[in-house]
Amino acid sequence: MTDIHVTSGKAGPTGGSRHLLEVKDLYVEFHTRDGVARVINGVSYHLDPGETLAVLGESGSGKSVTAQAIMGILDMPPAKIPSGQILYKGENLLAMSEEKRRQVRGKEISMIFQDALSALNPVFPVGWQISETLRTRAGMSRKEGLKRVVELMDLVKIPAAKARVRDYPHQFSGGMRQRVMIAMSLAMEPKVLIADEPTTALDVTVQAQIMDLLGDLRRDMNMGLILITHDLGVVADVADRIAVMYAGRIVEHADVRNVYKHPAHPYTEGLLDSIPRLDSKGTELATIKGLPPNLMRPPTGCAFHPRCKYAKAVCTTETPRSLDLGHGRTSACHFAKEMLDGTLR
Amino acid sequence: MAHSADNVAGSRPAGEPLLRVENLVKHFPITQGILFKKKVGAVKAVDGVSFELHRGETLGIVGESGCGKSTLAKLLMRLETPTAGRAMLKGKDIFKVSGSELRRMRRNIQMVMQDPYTSLNPRMTVGDIIGEPYEIHTEVAPKGDRQRRVQELLELVGLNPEHINRYPHQFSGGQRQRIGIARALALKPEIIVCDEPVSALDVSIQAQVINLLEKLQGELDLSYIFIAHDLSVVRHISDRVGVMYLGKMVEVGSDAEIYERPTHPYTQALLSAVPVPDPDARTHRDVIRLVGDVPSPANPPSGCRFRTRCWKAQERCSVEEPLLIRRGVEPHPSACHFAELRQVVA
Repeated sequence: MTDIHVTSGKAGPTGGSRHLLEVKDLYVEFHTRDGVARVINGVSYHLDPGETLAVLGESGSGKSVTAQAIMGILDMPPAKIPSGQILYKGENLLAMSEEKRRQVRGKEISMIFQDALSALNPVFPVGWQISETLRTRAGMSRKEGLKRVVELMDLVKIPAAKARVRDYPHQFSGGMRQRVMIAMSLAMEPKVLIADEPTTALDVTVQAQIMDLLGDLRRDMNMGLILITHDLGVVADVADRIAVMYAGRIVEHADVRNVYKHPAHPYTEGLLDSIPRLDSKGTELATIKGLPPNLMRPPTGCAFHPRCKYAKAVCTTETPRSLDLGHGRTSACHFAKEMLDGTLR
Repeated sequence: MAHSADNVAGSRPAGEPLLRVENLVKHFPITQGILFKKKVGAVKAVDGVSFELHRGETLGIVGESGCGKSTLAKLLMRLETPTAGRAMLKGKDIFKVSGSELRRMRRNIQMVMQDPYTSLNPRMTVGDIIGEPYEIHTEVAPKGDRQRRVQELLELVGLNPEHINRYPHQFSGGQRQRIGIARALALKPEIIVCDEPVSALDVSIQAQVINLLEKLQGELDLSYIFIAHDLSVVRHISDRVGVMYLGKMVEVGSDAEIYERPTHPYTQALLSAVPVPDPDARTHRDVIRLVGDVPSPANPPSGCRFRTRCWKAQERCSVEEPLLIRRGVEPHPSACHFAELRQVVA
C-alpha cells in the first residue's frame, strides 16, 4: 500500500459522531492487460457496533471488492486504490503500515467467505485450523488453543465439539463447515464481521440456521456485521440498513423497511419487481432489460441509464450525485424525489 | 414457428398424462475392494417416486441437496438405468425401448442444465452447439436446412441470429442459458427437464430466463419438469409441485395447495425457512427451525425418513413408513402419519 492519495471529501475530520467503521469515497481500479476497470467508484458507508448492514448487488457490482479493500486482502497489483479512506475507530486503514494492519485484520475486523469447503485446508483437522490464529496471534500453547477451540465450536453450536476437534473438513456437512468458518473468524473476538455470501452455497433450512446463528452472535458480542449478498429475502430478514450497489457505486442506501416499501432508485425497484414471490403466484415477472455494464467501458452519465425504464436525456450525460433524502437515506438518481412521490414516468 | 404445428397435431385428450412415472428407484452401489468389488451397501438416491406429467404443464420438484432431484432428472433422460420402476411416455416404458425407438424417444425428452458456463463446449461455435443434435437425429433437419433452423432457434430464444458463428465465451451467463435452451429445443421435444436452470444467474437475469421459459411453453405447448431449490421460483413457474426428501416424494399438489395449505411437516419447515423479501414479515411469520442436517441417503432412517428432524415424530414414525396418500380433508396427498394443515406463508 504505497501510493495512496487521500482526497479530502466534503466531510472534514470525524467529529463527535464517530462510527466504528467508515468507508469514505473509496475508489478501486484493476489494471489489466486490456485496460483499466474501475470497479469501485466512490463508495461510502459506515457501520456501528451491534448493527447489520447489508450490501446488496449482483455479480460484478463491487460488493466483494469493497469488503476485500476493508480487509486489506486485495491483490495489489492488479488492484489499485487511487483515493478514499477506510476509517476504523477513526484511524485510516489505508495509511497504515502492513505490520499495523495485520493487528487489525482478524483481531478487529474479520471475514467469512462463501464457499467454506475451499476456504478450509483439507489436510489439517478443523481444530488445528481454528486454533492457528490463537497460537500465532494470541500466543496460546497448543493445549490452551485446543481448549478455546472447543469453546468456540460450542459457541457456533457444532454438536459434540470435543469429539469433532480432530475431524477433517470433508467429514463435516456444508452447514457445519460454515460454522467452522464462523468459529475461526470469531477466534479473536472481532468488533466487525464481514460475511461475504455466507449462505449462498447452503440449502434453505441450513441457511436459516446459519443466519439465526450470525444474528445471535452479533447481538451477544455487540459486533458490527456487514452482510454481502444478492438475496433480497435474506436482507429483509436480518438487516437494519441496506446499501444497494450497481457498477461500483452505491445507488441507494437506507433503512431496510424504506427500501422495500418505497425504493428510491429505479435499479432497486427493478430488482424488487423481478423476484418471484413465495406468497403469491404472480403474473409475468418484470425484468430489467439488458445486461450489467462492462466496467472497462462504463456508460456515460448514470451507469444504469441503458437499462433504466425512466431514463431521460440528462441521465446519459450527467453522473447523478448521491442525493440526501433525509433520515440517513440517499439515492444516486437524478429523479429520486420524483420516484418517492410516485410521479416519475 | 414450425415447432408449434407439430406439437399441437399430436395433442391428446386431457386427462391422460404425457408421462407417468411409477415407483422409480435408483440405488447406487457402495463397493469395497479393488479387483473383486463387493457390494457393501447402497446410496438410495431415488427410492420409489411416482408422478404424472400432463401436456403443457409444469411440474416443479423441490428439495434440498441430496434429496435425489438431480438423479431423478438423469433417470428421465435415461442417462442412468433405474434399479426398479418404470416411466411411461405415451404408453411406452422409456427404460425398455432400444435401437431406433430409443433414439426417437430421446428426441422427445430434452434437458436444460444448471451451469451455463460448463455445459457449453468452449471450442464449438453457437451454431455447432445448437445444431449438434441434428448430427445424430438427421431426420429432423436435412443438412442444407440446419443453419436456417439454428438461426430460427436463436431468434426464438431472444438472441441475435447473426451471432451463429460466435463462441460461448462471447456471451453473458443469461445469454448462455438461452443457448442451452435453444439446444434443448432443437429436436422439438414435448418434455424438457430443467435442472436448476436459473440458479447460477443474477436476479435481474433470472427473471428474463424464467419469462422466456414461460413464453416458449405457451408457444410450443411444452411440458416442463422444473427442478430447483428456490421455492419462490418454483411457485412462480409451476402448475403442480412435488416436494422431495431423501429420495422420497413427501407431498404433491397444485402450487396453491403446497404453498398455502401444506400438510407435511417438511414442506412446512422448508417454506418457513425461505427468507421473504418483506422486512415486516420478520415479526409475524411462523418460524419453524429444523435442527441438524439431512441424514445420509446411504443409511436413511427407518420408517419415515424425516422423523429424525421432525418435531411431531412418535414411535409409529420409526416403524411404519407413511405412504403418499390423501389424508384428512385436504385434497392433495401427503406422506405423513400426522399430516395437518399449517399455514406458514403469510
